[in-house]
Amino acid sequence: MRVNKKGLTLILVAILCLLSGCEQMAIFDPKGPVAESQRNLIVYSLYFMGGIILVVYVAFTIIVIKYRNHKNRTEESYDGNMHGNNLIETIWTVIPILIVTALAIPTVTTLFDLEKPPEASVENSSKDPLVVYATSADWKWIFSYPEEGIETVNYLHIPTDRPIEFRLSSTGSMAALWIPQLGGQKYNMAGMETILYLQADEPGVYKGMNSNFNGEGFAEQKFKVHAEDPGAFQDWVKDKKANAPKLTQKQYDQLIKPGLTDKQTYSSTHLDWVNHGTHAGMDYEISRFRDLYKESIGLERKTVKESIENEK
Amino acid sequence: MKLDEFFVTGEPLIYGGMVAIVLVTSAIIFILTYFKKWKWLWQEWLTTVDHKKIGIMYILSALAMLFRGGMDALMMRAQLAVPNWNFLNAQHYNEIFTTHGTVMIIFMAMPFLIGLMNIVVPLQIGARDFAFPFVNAISFWSFFFGAMLFNISFVIGGSPDAGWTSYTPLAGAAMSPGPGENFYLLGLQLAGIGTLATGINLMVTILKMRAPGMKMFQMPIFTWSSLITCFIIIFAFPILTIALALLTIDRIFGSQFFTLTGEGLPMMWANLFWMWGHPEVYIVILPAFGIFSEVISTFAHKRLFGYNAMVWSIIIIAGLSFLVWVHHFFTMGAGAFVNSVFSVSTMLIAVPTGVKIFNWLGTLYKSKIEFSTAMLWALAFVPSFVIGGVTGVMLGMASADYQFHNSYFLIAHFHYVLIAGTVFACFAGLTYWYPKMFGLKLNERLGKWAFWFFLIGFHVCFLPQYFIGWDGMPRRIFYIMPEWFTLNFISTIGAFGMGIGFAIFIYNVYYSYRYSPREETGDAWGGRTLEWATPTPVPPYNFATLPEVHQLDAFMEMKEKGETTFEEKKLQPIHMPNNSGKPFIMMLILFFASFALVFEWIPLAAIFLAGGFIMMIIRSFDYDEGYHISVAEIKRLERERRGLDHE
Repeated sequence: MRVNKKGLTLILVAILCLLSGCEQMAIFDPKGPVAESQRNLIVYSLYFMGGIILVVYVAFTIIVIKYRNHKNRTEESYDGNMHGNNLIETIWTVIPILIVTALAIPTVTTLFDLEKPPEASVENSSKDPLVVYATSADWKWIFSYPEEGIETVNYLHIPTDRPIEFRLSSTGSMAALWIPQLGGQKYNMAGMETILYLQADEPGVYKGMNSNFNGEGFAEQKFKVHAEDPGAFQDWVKDKKANAPKLTQKQYDQLIKPGLTDKQTYSSTHLDWVNHGTHAGMDYEISRFRDLYKESIGLERKTVKESIENEK
Repeated sequence: MKLDEFFVTGEPLIYGGMVAIVLVTSAIIFILTYFKKWKWLWQEWLTTVDHKKIGIMYILSALAMLFRGGMDALMMRAQLAVPNWNFLNAQHYNEIFTTHGTVMIIFMAMPFLIGLMNIVVPLQIGARDFAFPFVNAISFWSFFFGAMLFNISFVIGGSPDAGWTSYTPLAGAAMSPGPGENFYLLGLQLAGIGTLATGINLMVTILKMRAPGMKMFQMPIFTWSSLITCFIIIFAFPILTIALALLTIDRIFGSQFFTLTGEGLPMMWANLFWMWGHPEVYIVILPAFGIFSEVISTFAHKRLFGYNAMVWSIIIIAGLSFLVWVHHFFTMGAGAFVNSVFSVSTMLIAVPTGVKIFNWLGTLYKSKIEFSTAMLWALAFVPSFVIGGVTGVMLGMASADYQFHNSYFLIAHFHYVLIAGTVFACFAGLTYWYPKMFGLKLNERLGKWAFWFFLIGFHVCFLPQYFIGWDGMPRRIFYIMPEWFTLNFISTIGAFGMGIGFAIFIYNVYYSYRYSPREETGDAWGGRTLEWATPTPVPPYNFATLPEVHQLDAFMEMKEKGETTFEEKKLQPIHMPNNSGKPFIMMLILFFASFALVFEWIPLAAIFLAGGFIMMIIRSFDYDEGYHISVAEIKRLERERRGLDHE
């Protein structure tokens, strides 16, 4: 039995080592209030989970070593018919209920908080959210800024210290918008609109992706989020509004065909003729391109790497 | 249709698979012919209605599926070991993770446990057979042919590639054209018939056929867990049946239940799938809990601690399992209130589960632990499963789940519960009941090697995945980024460790068959429940005379009183059902019907379906009353198997 004990100790040590490295892991390195509240909740739950694991492991190790069938066992330490104890059974029923309650309360309050734009963490910061329509197409991301009148593909610029109201939908298959360092995800579904509030407090470039499997190009459906201070963001908007081409419906239809594409920018949005988050926009892509799904795009990591290098 | 549309072409790995299939099939045909075993195969196995033989066939099929699902897993881990690797392309990778998930849940875990239930439950309750032996054979063949239908997809027609959850609209006809998804739908449908029938059959067996005197709260805990599992099956599987049928009609006949065009409701699939799918995970975990309880109690040489609490916690878990399905899509945007309700109900499952964990510890307290291989699997389950359990609670916290959803944290969690729970239980249960099944014990030394390789491999494989998930690695991507290299590489090493463990386990089956001494007593481990009261190998009628039950652990009482299940004075002729080839033939015909439907050859499918109905009509005119085993024959069998002298 010594081996087992050693194994357990090793596992515990490994957990501790890895936990100490938590700060580098994306969801433990939040860059905005949403991700931060989720990080805090996760850390809070980790204390309880660590406690439970510790109790069970200590009890388990002691019992297994003490009651193994070895020569020097005394007769009193064996009681083959001992099969119940109301007091202790009540205790180990009540304590888990208390733990679940302790976890449920912050979970529920956080859930309700996440349905609202995060409160301003910096004074003078704008409170009304910036609306961005994030539409997943097979297999790329289309971001529309209706107020600014611009649209980007496969990249995103956002101002810091201002909530972003993502309106999520999809042209076809279901996807999920996830930017781990800014906060957790929600689904993009055709014919429906889900709202996700995120906010960046620190300027930087963050990874965003689709986390819900949706077919062959799934792994390539990712984007970078450029969070910059509001001034720089306004400059970027002005630049794109002035210099980027307008998006025509014909171009848009090409864009949402199943397949991969590079980054693109336009000075108008597709919301002029279709909103995939509404019932009316539900079958827009499928009714046009369903035959294209028959063709595999032959996606290998090699081909993707080549296309990225060609881009440079 | 051209031949290259029928067979899958262009993949060297799949060509390898085709060659292997042809070689293995030819070898089997050659061996059966050379040793003149065809008749034996038909009479002893393909037409059997004996629950023990059906159970063995379930387990053999499940082991084959574990091999197949394991190979899928190793290919995936090989692809993910090194950043930006090109071992598998995106399409092939998608097909592999889809089949891995489906095979492991539907065609490995469930059949393995149902196989154990088949063998053990009638023995544990002192019954001579299932309530409906013929239906039991139908159940097995429907599972078997369903599994075969699903498995040939990788060489014929192409594998499904929309994930084992098969979410619409992705899995609909528009975005996943071709036979792949049809294989998924019809393979599951065919196997599902069998599972539902087993659920009903086993439930009736347990409720109506217990030995004289056995009250509900005197049933062995594994029987209890099987009974509750049957209830879950009976309530959950009809949902799957309907969902699969609707999607099949969508795909083949162009209806619009789950599509984007024609105002379909894609998310309705997710709801229906998980209204079945969440109870399903308890279908594969509750019997596992039962197995661990039996094994721990036997090898601790002690009565189970808190038997009543154990039973009630199983019942409560089963009830809650139907109330939590939304936690699989907290991120759907259903709103804070709905998520709160399902979040709390999810976390509540931890309470009865925690009670069970502590009851197992209570059983070990003041016991005399014997470290047999079966016991090692059961002991290793406790600390391993606790990690899976607590991370499950973390996932149940909906607002935190927004960060965990669809990430490797989730992958690590459910592998921790399913492998440490179900797979460990399969190994523990098989090792534990092996003497009852085959009349010999598995070699302990090899068994322990298999155990340690598998256990250590398991932790090395899945523990790092929690951390990769926290670093934002989503599931189902076909290549990894350089920053995720170290942990992924470690994880792959662990996966191969598990592979070695499994290989040793299989070698052990062969080694023990050759070299292990035969069991003579029937009570191989000093068992506490009635299955150990039968001689080994168990005669077709199980119990020569039915035992009288007064308490839990009925066999312990019999041993104390010096009673046996072979009292010569009480012997009477025993009624037995006749073997029948109809279940095999009926399901073979339905297999062809499903195959035709996969390729959307409607007239052919209709002909075969009609054939299936004709078989059912023929069966309904079947007045086969079975036969009786004479007292002399019982005496001869029992004396021979109990090692008694002849009169």
